[in-house]
Amino acid sequence: MITAERKPLEEIMEFVKPHGRILLVGCNECVTVCSAGGRKEVGLLASALQLKFMKEGQTLDIKEMTLERQCDPEYVEELAPFSDQVDAVLSMACGCGVQEVARRYKNLPVYPALNTKFMGASERQGVWAERCQGCGDCLLGITGGICPIARCSKRLLNGPCGGSTSGKCEISPEVDCVWQLIWDRLKALGMESRYEDIMPAKDWQTSRGGGPRKIIREDLAE
Amino acid sequence: MKTESVLEKVLASGNLAVTSECGPPRGAVPEKVKEKAELLRGCVDAVNITDNQTAMVRMSSFAACVLVRQMGLHPILQSVTRDRNRLAIQSDILGAYSFEIDNMLCLSGDHPHFGDHPQAMNVHDIDSIQFLQMVKGMRDEGKFQGGDDILNPPKMFIGAAANPFADPFELRVARLAKKVKAGADFVQTQCIYNLDKFEQWMQGVRDRGLHEKVYILAGVTPMKSAGMARYMKNKVPGMDVPDEVVERMAGVPKEKQADEGIKICVETIERLKEVEGVSGFHIMAIEWEQKIREITEKAGLYPRPVV
Amino acid sequence: MNQFEPVIVAFCCNYCAYTAADMAGSQRLNYPPNVKIVRVPCSGKVDAIHILKAFEKGADGVYVAGCLEGDCHFKNGNTRVARRVNYVKKLLDEIGINGDRLEMFYMSAGMGERFSQVAKDMTDKIRHLGPNPALKASTLKAQKAVA
Repeated sequence: MITAERKPLEEIMEFVKPHGRILLVGCNECVTVCSAGGRKEVGLLASALQLKFMKEGQTLDIKEMTLERQCDPEYVEELAPFSDQVDAVLSMACGCGVQEVARRYKNLPVYPALNTKFMGASERQGVWAERCQGCGDCLLGITGGICPIARCSKRLLNGPCGGSTSGKCEISPEVDCVWQLIWDRLKALGMESRYEDIMPAKDWQTSRGGGPRKIIREDLAE
Repeated sequence: MKTESVLEKVLASGNLAVTSECGPPRGAVPEKVKEKAELLRGCVDAVNITDNQTAMVRMSSFAACVLVRQMGLHPILQSVTRDRNRLAIQSDILGAYSFEIDNMLCLSGDHPHFGDHPQAMNVHDIDSIQFLQMVKGMRDEGKFQGGDDILNPPKMFIGAAANPFADPFELRVARLAKKVKAGADFVQTQCIYNLDKFEQWMQGVRDRGLHEKVYILAGVTPMKSAGMARYMKNKVPGMDVPDEVVERMAGVPKEKQADEGIKICVETIERLKEVEGVSGFHIMAIEWEQKIREITEKAGLYPRPVV
Repeated sequence: MNQFEPVIVAFCCNYCAYTAADMAGSQRLNYPPNVKIVRVPCSGKVDAIHILKAFEKGADGVYVAGCLEGDCHFKNGNTRVARRVNYVKKLLDEIGINGDRLEMFYMSAGMGERFSQVAKDMTDKIRHLGPNPALKASTLKAQKAVA
């Protein structure tokens, strides 16, 4: 899923202060799974903002809504009836959702309540870790199902570097050395000989390096 | 002979080669480069010029190499993939060769986390092994990494780093094999204090015949103090300093510790001379370059052979 | 001079804390009338939003009372809510309402005295901290309007 974390309240207050009526919109997908911007978090943020306003002797008119997704126009359309009842939108979706709401409601300022972080997976309840950087040319088949582009601090395709220590990355004992993980996996699969195959320099054109990307399915696009 | 490099000539002649290291200054102070390099004149066959070591901004390795070459010494251009993409790297190589710099070391580089600009984006367009492949392709095929022909292709003597002490140990020989396959002509190892572990690695290296495909320069660093020994043991990733070494340093009074450090360094060199497959030494005396002359003399490596 | 009398909401789990409150009552142990008890099936049922809403709707202090560690009738409801309470304490600090206005307590069903003591201590603490700053402003406004 795409993971995110709530921005500091101070920063959100700066967005919201000039506006009297806010539409606070959550998203039922990724940000719900990582407990950052789902229905529950919408309720919490609304209450927290209200308390902050009350401290200043004011109140904030907040409408709370949670869409199925904010990255599909059909769902974003559901906000239309409320668009003239509010002065601004505060979105608790990832960056994709915030932008789609902004694109549809051009006359309303749309603010992000979250900092979108990474594409990741749950390691266990309450812990999410980065797994994929969307390089556009997946090499997981060669590296035993573990991605060095997302999980190596230096994006080495022929790792590990000389800083790997007891299975941990040189930058922190909290970060696994992904090349240790890959080596262990290759051993478990009986594929150690793969290790010495040299992975050639990557073509970053399929990644962000080639510019903003788009997928067009001719059978689906009208 | 793959190049005109003096370092290659010394190694090819069967002599033990000696290299050392110079860190450029944290400012536009060319005199500092020249002072350090001058201390090494006659003691080494070539000198590494480091590249933004520990991710701290310093005068560029390329510029410092030019200064050193113009003094009549032979620099080894260290280059890290952390700070530049494949265009910039190839461009630097063309520039360096145009100044008659014909040795280089292809590295990944320490993470910006350790340096003075942790906010910087690390580049890593290619890694150190792809880097070796690229430089070999430039030299032997005369082509850029993208495939086009190069006018007057640079004939670089290509080096890489090897760390027998990093984890996982079982991969460290395979890693050298990979670097040799990619194009390394010589490697310099991380500084050696744990001779048993080094000899274990060398056994693995010899078993695969790698010592005949690549020149191995054993890294040594003299300790200045017991504090330095402890720091290197505990705070530097990929460094293996056995307790006996720390105890030996701590066992002498403070004023004598520097001399003890030099003694240990010379003893290490003597022991390494006996290890089959070691073709020379890479003596790193950071901010202590004045000791290189003494170390090479005591270890019987001075004067340098004329080839 | 009107002394400030805090409003405290106590979420008490049915199996231990609420029973302890009953015990206090039957032992004729007094506890301050400031404490308004909300009975929940398990302290683990209490979520962050319940705590924030309590502060929004007029509470000056809130506490959650659950079973002793290891004794939760639903296995680990009390440890889960303890983590939540810590999280909300930080959120309250961020809002500017002082996380000390929220606490977590543990007690068994027979601990009538403990229930009573906790209620007294919390009331004293909140009285000392003063009114909920989110309510103060609107209360002051209301007072000014009346005057």
